[in-house]
Amino acid sequence: MSLRIDLQIISDWIPNGARVLDLGCGNGSLLTHLQQRGISGYGLEIDNGKFADCIKAGVNVIQADLDQGLPQFADQSFDFVILSQTLQAINRPDFLLQEIARVGKQGIIGFPNFGHWQCRLQLTLGGKMPVSRTLPNSWFNTPNIHLCTVNDFEALCDNNKMSVLSRSIVNHEHKDTLGTRLLPNLFGQIALYQIKQH
Amino acid sequence: MPVIIPVDSVGLVSPTTLHIDNPITLDCGRSLPSYDLVYETYGELNADKSNAVLICHALSGDHHAAGYHDAEDKKPGWWDSAIGPGKAIDTNHFFVVSLNNLGGCKGSTGPNSFNPETGKIYGPDFPIVTVSDWVRSQSVLADHLEITQWAAVIGGSLGGMQALQWAISLPERLRHVLIIAAAPKLSAQNIAFNEVARTAIKSDPDFHDGHYAAHDTLPRHGLGLARMLGHITYLSDEAMGEKFGRELRTGTINYGYDVDFQIESYLRYQSSNFVDHFDANTYLLMTKALDYFDPAKAFDDDLTATMANIKAKCLVVSFTSDWRFSPDRSQEIVTALLNAGKQVSYAEIDAHQGHDAFLMPIARYIEIFQTYMQQVAAECGDNT
Repeated sequence: MSLRIDLQIISDWIPNGARVLDLGCGNGSLLTHLQQRGISGYGLEIDNGKFADCIKAGVNVIQADLDQGLPQFADQSFDFVILSQTLQAINRPDFLLQEIARVGKQGIIGFPNFGHWQCRLQLTLGGKMPVSRTLPNSWFNTPNIHLCTVNDFEALCDNNKMSVLSRSIVNHEHKDTLGTRLLPNLFGQIALYQIKQH
Repeated sequence: MPVIIPVDSVGLVSPTTLHIDNPITLDCGRSLPSYDLVYETYGELNADKSNAVLICHALSGDHHAAGYHDAEDKKPGWWDSAIGPGKAIDTNHFFVVSLNNLGGCKGSTGPNSFNPETGKIYGPDFPIVTVSDWVRSQSVLADHLEITQWAAVIGGSLGGMQALQWAISLPERLRHVLIIAAAPKLSAQNIAFNEVARTAIKSDPDFHDGHYAAHDTLPRHGLGLARMLGHITYLSDEAMGEKFGRELRTGTINYGYDVDFQIESYLRYQSSNFVDHFDANTYLLMTKALDYFDPAKAFDDDLTATMANIKAKCLVVSFTSDWRFSPDRSQEIVTALLNAGKQVSYAEIDAHQGHDAFLMPIARYIEIFQTYMQQVAAECGDNT
């Protein structure tokens, strides 16, 4: 099974032998892939079905609610704490970001960029909340309650004394284009950040 | 009326008694010169003896975990919901061993057994055994069965504590451990409930300081009260409310002190049923084994350090409405395992049945249990 492209990018950022925590790990595909590279870790997942998928995949998985933070984990106990495509569904993203920085030596955060021109256009001209390939739900049934833009996220990192070690801002096919390179907040649909507390 | 044995049952089973002539020294400092362990097995042991699973029982459990002793039996073994062909602990793949613990009253040496040194029954003089003692005696049974390493050791409640103790004490001898609805030690409230149960038994005039057998009587009243109390702690308020509510037995209140509500009738029935099948001295002993369980005590109360030697992969399961050993107590175990860097998964099952949920065929619980055990089976290779 080939890995989703954003997960492949995350995997490329993680060196062999690292200890990782994958928040909202879904069916455990990233951890399964990392395990094959000798990278050990745990997934956190709240969804019953996905939890069982992780058990089936032989991935260590802890059923937990990310809105409660990460109280079961000691300070700086992981090399990487990963939060992929989940930040926008968290009650207090700022709190979880602090928890990630507490538990992990580095954080890897991926989210859909709400600053993409299509989102802006739908709101500005259509006067309606944007619906797109990366954000397919309507405003009333979306789990994505805290959408942000690339600029918003970088400002939050800055406020929390976190520096960006690397970032990958790509289109919905996870490719970078001239647009995503020049004006990432306007042309990027998916943003991936590697961050670290100062 | 004879039961029709279901196809997913292990069917008719019979226990075996192992007599052990090597003395066992117990944590309390005393030793037993010889002892019996009664056990049942389900499924076939494979050629390389890699598919053996040990079941550890809880307070009032015994070796009869699955199947029927007799076609006339009304009920199967206590964990029949989880053990059998195609069930979570699939006897098509696993060789399942279930024993009655030392100090029990269902065939293994306990307070009701004859003391070979005096020729009389032990009664209250039977030494108190601990969870560690059980693990040691269970390892003697494993040696006898030539099982050097269990594919998994599994238990719920007090059984989960034994499973945890196995992983801590004999790390080389198990590949997986399933700790269900357990706790790393009892809380003051847990001990308090046990003490009320013991007081109920000991204050029964028929108890005779535990020598009731010599007086040819039984502390039925006290043991019944202890069981009633225990039963309340095994169920949740919601489960009790759903099952009985405020339903009246005769449809009207009687302005008296006899049974008005169905729940009262149920508790009386449960307790009177129990006292015919369980020994009061064993009940006292089991509650003490629970109270004393505290594996971290030997590690300066550091539960993470306690877990350091564990080699088994761990699955910890809790149930939302369990207030005897709540999810928080399971999470203490999980946190310690995580901080010790051990392989662990943890599921919190939405269930309204309270502590007893671990014995019930709750769909999501069984799904996770079964999925996990399928991974364990896949590792055993040479399956029958």
